Amino acid sequence: MIKGKFIDNLPKVYGIYTGGFLVFIILMAIAEQAGMSAKLIGIFFVAFTVSIYAIIGYLSRTLQLDAYYVAGRQVPTVFNGMATAADWMSGASFVAMAGGIYFKGYGYMALLVGWTGGYVLVASLLAPYLRKFGCYTVPDFIGTRYGGNLARVCAVLVLTVASFTYVTAQINATGTIASVALDIPFGIAVYVGLASILLCSMLGGMRAVTWTQVAQYIVLIIAYLLPVFWISNKMGAGFFPHLMLADEVARIAELESQFGLGTVKNSAADLATVPKGLAGITKAHSEVNTTPWKFISLAVCMMAGTASLPHVMMRYFTTPSVKTARRSVGWSLFFIFLLYCSAPMLATLSKLSLMDPNLPTGIIGKSIADVQAIDWYQNWNQANLMFISDFNGNGTLELNEFFMGGKAVVLATPEIAGLPYVISGLVAAGGMAAAMSTADGLVLAIANALSHDLYYKIIDPKAETKKRLIVARVLLFIIGFAGASIAALEIQGILGSVIWAFDFAMSGLFFPLVLGVWWKRANAQGAVAGMLLGLISGTAYLIWVRNGGAGFWGITQLTFGIVGSLVSLVSMIVVSLMTKAPDAATQKMVDEVRIPSGRTVLGKQH
Amino acid sequence: MSKQAQHWEKTRNLLWVTLAIWFVFSIGIFFFGAEMEASNFRPFGYPLSYYMTCQGSLGIFVILIFWFANRQEKIDEEFGYTEREDD
Repeated sequence: MIKGKFIDNLPKVYGIYTGGFLVFIILMAIAEQAGMSAKLIGIFFVAFTVSIYAIIGYLSRTLQLDAYYVAGRQVPTVFNGMATAADWMSGASFVAMAGGIYFKGYGYMALLVGWTGGYVLVASLLAPYLRKFGCYTVPDFIGTRYGGNLARVCAVLVLTVASFTYVTAQINATGTIASVALDIPFGIAVYVGLASILLCSMLGGMRAVTWTQVAQYIVLIIAYLLPVFWISNKMGAGFFPHLMLADEVARIAELESQFGLGTVKNSAADLATVPKGLAGITKAHSEVNTTPWKFISLAVCMMAGTASLPHVMMRYFTTPSVKTARRSVGWSLFFIFLLYCSAPMLATLSKLSLMDPNLPTGIIGKSIADVQAIDWYQNWNQANLMFISDFNGNGTLELNEFFMGGKAVVLATPEIAGLPYVISGLVAAGGMAAAMSTADGLVLAIANALSHDLYYKIIDPKAETKKRLIVARVLLFIIGFAGASIAALEIQGILGSVIWAFDFAMSGLFFPLVLGVWWKRANAQGAVAGMLLGLISGTAYLIWVRNGGAGFWGITQLTFGIVGSLVSLVSMIVVSLMTKAPDAATQKMVDEVRIPSGRTVLGKQH
Repeated sequence: MSKQAQHWEKTRNLLWVTLAIWFVFSIGIFFFGAEMEASNFRPFGYPLSYYMTCQGSLGIFVILIFWFANRQEKIDEEFGYTEREDD
């Protein structure tokens, strides 16, 4: 069926894979009709998809350095775009984003703008130039461009802090989904998640991660879009919900005033009875509910963070050329856009199906006893994601008496809207794919930086290929295990730590990376000062605000990257100008990086 | 001016244009969230503030990157800095 090289057959291979996955969904749907239990369907979905990723991971095993670190630099534009999109869209994007929009509306959607706008910075400021550089890792660029081990170590430090904060959240998410779908305790599910993550990356490094991420993107985008289109058609909201949002938005505003949103307030005593983590609808759906600065500062942090997060940047090291790296950023954003512009649709449809009394699914305004008797309400209430209570004692469910967890918007909406359970199984598989793909990219980014930059470049520059690859894999295992152990402690919510990761990366790496390409005068001393002072000041501000500090300029614990990156920029410029200009060789290297043609600065194998 | 300096100047100019468009749609318009909401200009039937955050700006970024990539490729071609295809 397939002849010739794997790379030449990519569309065919993934076409067959997608077809196979659709057939699997149909088979599951038939099995459901035949009476297969919901639990079994969930297990099948997660187990089937994860074993496919593991097989891809095994087939991509390699003993070559450039295959392990940069997938042999032969990933075509569009496929690299899909892999980046999977790498990028984490469990948080998949599971939590629609929920955030559902509850917090406009103010929360700064994240949508930030997490897409950042790619403009990636394409124009960094990706093509770092590709020309020919580095294996982000610290590899910093270390070679500025020269000296100190700069390299600082970059490894910032990278590790940012990525590790992020990865614990992702392993946590894989654990959450695995524990729900496979019905095992969270403490064990975290390690099941870890095992699946390592299966995908351990043997083949970047090559294996690339090809599993493409497979994971296909699963997660089908899992996200299929319910959105299905629900929309089912409730008569139009075939293409994205283009027909106006009626829904208007209808929700109408219902909001009908049910007295904002006029009826819950008392503190009533709210105390609501389980932790659940929230009611308190903000109007489409209203501008935040100050411009709050919106913009959050968006800016997410954009600069995007451009500094190493697991995204290193995906563009895998393309065959500078030109393809640049185009690939566009494709990445296109594939991300498909999911991100659907998240508000899902939030809107979810709200409408719960609120609209004209729909059979609407529960607001029905009697409390009726709602309590609904199957899905009982299930999700048991899972601690839904709660109703008759505060005013009139026997009818009011808008202010309904509470839901953020995750439930994605996980429960298919069931609420009356879709067959097979869709819920699909959504679980999609969430698992999203969390796994991001965790894989992050664990690999950290392990590669430690094995290439710390071990090979600094500790043992004479190490042979075989030894380097063994060290890389051992580190991969250790990092993954450490991440899982911390995730098992459940100290922090998923979304909070994701946003912190962006702020950390932005504080320490944004300006040293950008100025490395765009300012020839930047030197090692400046870069070291920029990375260290940026990271330290950002972290200090975070600790201060978290311990009750007042903060300034309206900068919160979600936007501390603004403080960090400003300190980083100023200190980098001041220190660079106070010390000697980079030597002629370095200046020439920067000139070389600025044109696409010719050899890469670093050799094919280094 | 050397060929390379000219190439870099054009590249830099393109960067400024790209960043200016990016700035308008990622930061600029969101200074006016409340004004956009209150305005009667509703090309999609609902407030522009909501439209821009859920689809508008996102879509513009996608187009902007492809436009930028095309322009940069033209600049590289003009100065003969395009990579060899077999590279």
